[in-house]
Amino acid sequence: MENLSFEFEGGAKPLPVGAPYVVVGIVASSNLEVLAERKDLGGKCRFEIATAAANFSDAWKAVLIDFMDRSKPRDVLFSINDFSAIPPVVSLRLDQALEQLSCS
Amino acid sequence: MSDKHAIRNRKLAKVRQAFGEGKVIATERTVELLETVIEPGNRIILEGDNQKQGDFLAAQLARMNPTKVYGLKLCVSSVGLPEHLDLFENGLATELDFAYAAPQAARLASMVMKGTVKIGDVHTYVELYSRYFAELRPDVVCLVANETDKEGNLYTGPNTEETPPLAESAAFGGAIVIVQANKIVDRVRRVDIPGAWVDFVVESPKPFHLEPLFTRDPALITELRILMAMIAMKGIYAKYHPKVLNHGIGFNTAAIELLLPTYGAELGLKGKACTHWALNPHPTMIPAIESGFVEAISCFGGEVGMENYVASRPDVFALGRDGSLRSNRFFAQMVGHHADMFIGATLQIDSQAHSSTFTAERLVGYGGAPNLGSENRSRRHRSEAFLKAGAEAHDGEPMPQGRKLVVQIVETFQSAGKPTFVERLDAWDAMDKAGFSTPPVMIYGNDVSHIVTEEGVANLLLCRTPEEREQAVRGVAGFTPVGLKRDRRMVEKLRDRGAIQRAEDLGIRKSDASRDRLAARSVHDLVRWSDGRYQPPSRFRNW
Repeated sequence: MENLSFEFEGGAKPLPVGAPYVVVGIVASSNLEVLAERKDLGGKCRFEIATAAANFSDAWKAVLIDFMDRSKPRDVLFSINDFSAIPPVVSLRLDQALEQLSCS
Repeated sequence: MSDKHAIRNRKLAKVRQAFGEGKVIATERTVELLETVIEPGNRIILEGDNQKQGDFLAAQLARMNPTKVYGLKLCVSSVGLPEHLDLFENGLATELDFAYAAPQAARLASMVMKGTVKIGDVHTYVELYSRYFAELRPDVVCLVANETDKEGNLYTGPNTEETPPLAESAAFGGAIVIVQANKIVDRVRRVDIPGAWVDFVVESPKPFHLEPLFTRDPALITELRILMAMIAMKGIYAKYHPKVLNHGIGFNTAAIELLLPTYGAELGLKGKACTHWALNPHPTMIPAIESGFVEAISCFGGEVGMENYVASRPDVFALGRDGSLRSNRFFAQMVGHHADMFIGATLQIDSQAHSSTFTAERLVGYGGAPNLGSENRSRRHRSEAFLKAGAEAHDGEPMPQGRKLVVQIVETFQSAGKPTFVERLDAWDAMDKAGFSTPPVMIYGNDVSHIVTEEGVANLLLCRTPEEREQAVRGVAGFTPVGLKRDRRMVEKLRDRGAIQRAEDLGIRKSDASRDRLAARSVHDLVRWSDGRYQPPSRFRNW
């Protein structure tokens, strides 16, 4: 078990109006659960990760940077419970969470 | 030059002396028969591919006396049984030619290292069958049938598979033909192989082994696979409209099969694409067939549990007048070879898009993948997909040409977190350890037209230099070491040109990659789609 925390500068555009929070995915082997909530973080995004697989900090950082580059959200707190998901599954869940947060 | 026909006649006379007249040999005298017709150094073809296996004759061959019979050259398409390798350990055989060995891949690798097995070569199916008519002409051929009569007329059931080319190479090449049949009957249901081609038949104590290799449980299809399937369908199927195609056996293509009635219908594919297939009777094809997507399927073999369903769709499957499927591996391979598209998965892909499933520890072979998954430079007939792909591949060249679509659909990581994309294929180590003179590559990079991953689709037809091809591969390799080494600027340029398309470039929402889209979400759903005509083997039943 390892807890990780990352913070990134967000994009310029605020999210479209929509749900205050969403949950996608499940905590099951090779999967993860993402809670995405709107929160005033001064334009930043924060990722709070609890993961079953230790020592993958660099991989998480690469996946999150890629996600921020791709979608440029701002003012979202992502709380993640991970059960050893591979990077593409993490990317998929983050994209799904943001899509669902952005549509009402 | 030895006259094979003269040798054959001499052997037949020996059998007549020991066994009397007639083609039916008592089961318990099988080893004695084999020792009478097999001479040291003979080349033996033993029928057995990735589905049906001549298991009884394999076991009897392995029981022969190595002081009488030795130095045999064994040809078997799929080294699927321990007995195949027991022949070598027991000192009966020395040389092996094959196409596929996955079930015995690890043991084979260690026996090659120890020198117990000398590999003649590793082939594709049709390549091996073809060589039976050239340098690998057999002396004795061991076949498999469902039924035989006393004259040796054979009914090979839905799993005819590779029997015809093996039987033909023997019958006209002066070889002895011995058949294990599940049952000796007065009159066979249908004659798949004429009795005049057959010398001896034995009734096997139990039915031959048949592997349900093409059954994929829809319950195991993940959202990631659904996302990849959607990327392939929108980025390739809806763009080129491949009408004649072959799917591999993996879960990624099973996902596509189960999305045809839903997402495929939304994309307008019905009647425009995926109408004719080179494919086994995949249970996951049932919803697409029942939804009217499919006009015809040419089968390599049968599939356990699909017999009644297949028999109920004579409009789609090739049936004999007895009402059961007639498959033919050679012909189905040819259908796939001349098709508009191949799509399948692999274990490893390098940065030039070469792919392989070999490792130093596992000599798995190729099966039919290289024939199905290769550009076909001998194809001449035209189709929408062939012309569209050709226009991309040969843009700016003075001679217009078509192009087959050869698509690799892979997750960037295999199970256990192993990256699919690698800088150096394990095939290089396999080459060194097994003593091959070239790496055993399954599909060469310049045959591949597209690579689909969770990251999107790379269109290699639009790449003009090795550097572009490399960056297109790295650009869809995700968070693997190969993907992390991508040149971000060049990848974005390729994306601007459409040589790389992400899900968002294709207008695919990640939230749409949901299991709700699958036309069937369990084996039970497939049974329901078939109205109970599909009868899955017990290991796939959990209700």
